[in-house]
Amino acid sequence: MIEIQNVRKSFGSLEVLKGIDLTVAKGEVLTIIGGSGSGKSTLLTCINGLEPIDSGKILVDGTEVHAKATDLNKLRQKIGIVFQQWNAFPHLTVLENVMLAPRKVLGIPKARAEEIAVKQLTHVGLADKLGVYPTRMSGGQQQRMAIARALAMSPDYMLFDEVTSALDPQLVGEVLDTLRMLASEGMTMICVTHEMKFAREVSDRVAFFHKGVMAEIAPPAELFGAPKDPELQKFLAATH
Amino acid sequence: MFDTALNANDLIFLAKGAGMTLVVTAISVFFGTVLGIVFGVFRYQVGPWWAAPLTFVLDVFRSIPLLIQLVLANAFVTTVLGIRISGFTVACGVLSLYTAAYCAEIVRGGIESVPLTLRRAARSLGLSWRQDMTNIVMPLATRVALPSWIGLALGVMKDSALVYIVQVVELLKSTQILITRLQEPLFLLMVCGAFYFLISFPIARFGGYLEKRWSHD
Repeated sequence: MIEIQNVRKSFGSLEVLKGIDLTVAKGEVLTIIGGSGSGKSTLLTCINGLEPIDSGKILVDGTEVHAKATDLNKLRQKIGIVFQQWNAFPHLTVLENVMLAPRKVLGIPKARAEEIAVKQLTHVGLADKLGVYPTRMSGGQQQRMAIARALAMSPDYMLFDEVTSALDPQLVGEVLDTLRMLASEGMTMICVTHEMKFAREVSDRVAFFHKGVMAEIAPPAELFGAPKDPELQKFLAATH
Repeated sequence: MFDTALNANDLIFLAKGAGMTLVVTAISVFFGTVLGIVFGVFRYQVGPWWAAPLTFVLDVFRSIPLLIQLVLANAFVTTVLGIRISGFTVACGVLSLYTAAYCAEIVRGGIESVPLTLRRAARSLGLSWRQDMTNIVMPLATRVALPSWIGLALGVMKDSALVYIVQVVELLKSTQILITRLQEPLFLLMVCGAFYFLISFPIARFGGYLEKRWSHD
């Protein structure tokens, strides 16, 4: 379970998170929508401790992420994150990209790590790209590789930060299909996205962020069907 | 009576000089690179403010002509500190620091060339700072830094000609000794140049080979 309690965060004088309260249960798929600068991506990077917070608390399975005593390297093993920029390691093949963390972080022997990597890459449809260097692949393929790389650590939670925003339109579908597959398998997911149709389809709940505040959260049918927040109404009118 | 023809012994004498050049260069480049990596990582890690004293010292080594550094270091160690060490040790020490001063900048530039987003991705997978450094940053930074580093190594080899000032007989000094006896400066300098080329060429080619091998990404 991920519990976010009254989290505040500023970059300089700009307050990007103004007291967020949110709980994500095991197996839940939550999508976060909202305009740019609404704080939704920042929240994701706070959840796995890549960004510090100013006040409040984030608990992952009861462990306080920003507590001094918390071993972040250990905590991050159960929280996978995939970014807008797919961040493939260019000096490693696709297989090596996925094997790296299981080998180095978990200390899994090479043969076993390779098995895990092949399994995850097959899962995302890249079984024929194992020995290829990522720069030789399309953005969609690289992004799927990044998803496999995160999954190879067998995380309990997956965070997706606008994973289709940097892709050419014709490549968005293959990545969203991968996310749909994960959702149907029961992975606990938080997806920050601009893909409304996707959010409506896969989410258990959808949260709308506006200027650092979570303005509304509801199941998709309710949030898209009968939005209460005036800003959300405006936002949906503009994106439809 | 002087024998004024070049004989086999003279060539062996030159080869010994070339060997000395090679040894001084190898030692200096090795220790200079190790130190340069330490200084470069430190400078990157602590930021410009905290690294300012180190930066200043390195700038001193980069701005003062090597010849002056050698003379002053030799005088300081032997006269002021009263330590009896060979010119060879002084030469290697000064040349190592001189190399380190340049290498630190190359290393820092290499580290800075690795995109922060990539490092964030590595850390988000649970890699520690050290694992990120060795598995992601080092391989990528090396690719960027290699051409400059090869240039530095070749430069240090040629600059090592100056260590004659602390009584180290390397390639150029050997040549000068022969010139005095044989009175054939142009010919001997050509031979000397050929020796330098023989040493440099494999280093440059090895660099070219590595660059080519890494060019897939």
